[in-house]
Amino acid sequence: MTNTKINLPTEHCETCPAFTQLEQMGIKVGDFDRVVALAGNPNTGKSTLFNALTGLKQHTGNWPGKTVTRAEGGYQFNNVKYKIVDLPGTYSLLSASQDEEVARDFILFGQPSCTIVVTDATALERNLNLVMQVMEITDKVVVAVNLMDEARRKGIEVDTRSLARDLGVPAIPITARSGEGVATLLATISDVIEGNITVKPHRVEGTPEFQKAVNELVPMIESMAPGIPNARWLAIRLLDGDARVQKAITSGELGEIVSRQSRADVQFSRKMSVEGRQ
Amino acid sequence: MENNITPYDIIAKAEALRNNLSTGFRDEIVKSIYSEAESIAQRAIKTASDKKYDLDQKIDRLVTSPWTGLPIMLILLGVIIWLTVSGANVVSEAIATVLFAVGDLGRNFFNSLGFIPWWVTGFIWDGVYLGLAWVISVMLPPMMIFFPAFTFLEDLGYLPRVAFNMDWLFKKAGAHGKQSLTMAMGFGCNAAGVVATRVIDSPRERLIAILTNNFVPCNGRFPTLIMLATVFVASAFPAALTSFVAAGTVVGVVLIGVAFTFLMSWLLSRTVLKGEASAFTLELPPYRKPNIGRILYTSIIDRTIFVLWRAMQTAAPAGAIIWILANIPYGDVNLARAIADWLNPFGLLLGLDGVILLAYIIAIPANEIVVPTMMMVYMGAGMMIDGPSSSGAIFDLLVNGNGWTMLTAVNLMLFALLHNPCATTVITIYKETKSWKWATVSVVITLGTAFLVTFLTASIARLFGWV
Repeated sequence: MTNTKINLPTEHCETCPAFTQLEQMGIKVGDFDRVVALAGNPNTGKSTLFNALTGLKQHTGNWPGKTVTRAEGGYQFNNVKYKIVDLPGTYSLLSASQDEEVARDFILFGQPSCTIVVTDATALERNLNLVMQVMEITDKVVVAVNLMDEARRKGIEVDTRSLARDLGVPAIPITARSGEGVATLLATISDVIEGNITVKPHRVEGTPEFQKAVNELVPMIESMAPGIPNARWLAIRLLDGDARVQKAITSGELGEIVSRQSRADVQFSRKMSVEGRQ
Repeated sequence: MENNITPYDIIAKAEALRNNLSTGFRDEIVKSIYSEAESIAQRAIKTASDKKYDLDQKIDRLVTSPWTGLPIMLILLGVIIWLTVSGANVVSEAIATVLFAVGDLGRNFFNSLGFIPWWVTGFIWDGVYLGLAWVISVMLPPMMIFFPAFTFLEDLGYLPRVAFNMDWLFKKAGAHGKQSLTMAMGFGCNAAGVVATRVIDSPRERLIAILTNNFVPCNGRFPTLIMLATVFVASAFPAALTSFVAAGTVVGVVLIGVAFTFLMSWLLSRTVLKGEASAFTLELPPYRKPNIGRILYTSIIDRTIFVLWRAMQTAAPAGAIIWILANIPYGDVNLARAIADWLNPFGLLLGLDGVILLAYIIAIPANEIVVPTMMMVYMGAGMMIDGPSSSGAIFDLLVNGNGWTMLTAVNLMLFALLHNPCATTVITIYKETKSWKWATVSVVITLGTAFLVTFLTASIARLFGWV
């Protein structure tokens, strides 16, 4: 089976063919360079975006809670192979329901190279709650403001530049159903992963005493597991008495993740230098 | 580890620090996340007009109103079932005619060759092939109408409104409002409904949703209900009304199933699974123009073909087993008849008969094959050359040939609605709950209800001399 090559519509870089070339790889994800997670509120079109990228036919339906397990697929963009993981749609990452745990555990322990949070342009306020919660866990976040066509029909204008500035991470307007903006989204994901775009997620501070407690814990976690990217979130969860995180720390799961991650990074840069890309 | 900080130090430190914090610190964080989100969103959004949104709200006011919401739901359910009933009958008969004719050709061809033993011909054409032909002609047409219609409502965004309308009922039963979503999935396939309960946070309410999911008839059971409603209930009415009466009957049976869902949820939440219903937020998504291509793809490929294939996999061996049972002599009769006779007293007690119970035992892997199995046992070994392809022929076979009454038909509908989950669903329940105990409980509850209800209706009918 050959992969499907698709030229995405784009208004930004029409003269640059490499930028518009997406290769859908279906479920052939054995050999990939990067892992991208797809999070978002229920019913924001996550599965539609997932299908558009992978060429798979994951069932999409207009009701919340349809994806209860995570689905995986692959795509290739600018000669880099990505594995994309469609997480269950959730409103938050705080409660203990199974779908939220699947989503949270993957963002935390699956260590995706980048997490796309798909949001509904017509209900941005509610959707941003989840964006903020994801940004508590990981830095590498790209916000996809989906359903732009629906927003336009309803007379809603979304200023994604203001959004990106306030959030500290890129915000890309897309319409997953028609493919509008998807090329820009993919380019942005790649830029965030390679560090061409600097992300500085906006995080809520909390009370001074809380800040102080977090600041005491973070260095301890970092010295136990050097290179851990989300020590601050772990500290917050530990302060909250989260049993799952306690278990992850004591079982050494966390340390393994860090070493696996750094191994993968070394491999990737070696591969890139051998093949002369990037 | 080379450094001297252990995980236990960190956890102990966290415990110590937590004691210094005010108790609601986490709530504070959540609150500030929400207010930050609000102000960021306000800065980024400009709203010009709200025309489309107004229309959505107007529709929602109608379909989720306490007065019109439930009637609209019932009408939609009625329309879908009516479409299925009236469309499926014609197609079913056409498919049955073609497939049975092919069976005849095959049998004649084998006979004309001369060297093939009778039992090979019988096993293949009257056993395996007949089982497959029955399942395809009985199941395929209703599914091809029901699944696209259901997927259409799903794509439109109507399902969450159903959840909204029924929330108060579930709450009264001590169950989670999202159970109506998993119940709706159950109409397609109960195993899928059980998996869908993952959207329910509380383990207690999730377990209730799992244990009661089987009370709504899945697509494998709809054909049984449709056939019985058409052949028995509707035949008492003028021909012009047949499809409406049949659809009305099926809707009635579905409502009985929903009533049992509430009753059982209520009983469970008052006894073994005690607790109050938890609150939840449910988003009413905007109505979207359904994508016809995707609806057809999803409903035909992902659902119809998937379910039919599964049914065929169980129908082929079931057909073989029935043929073997029907061709092993046992005293004066064959083994199938002997087992059915042995089960008969118990069957009659429930207003059913031995053949029906035997069919249900053979159909444990998949409910879809109950009617075909029953028909094949009734028709016996030799005389099934021409399967009855019209409602009249089925009525004749059951009533005049095998002593069915209206009570048999009604109780079989009730039994089909309430009896144990198919093997796939039981295994799914085990996988989801990771406990054989709950998987067993799901069988005991449903089968117990089915026995009790059919026993009661049969006793009452006999007491009043209706049969």
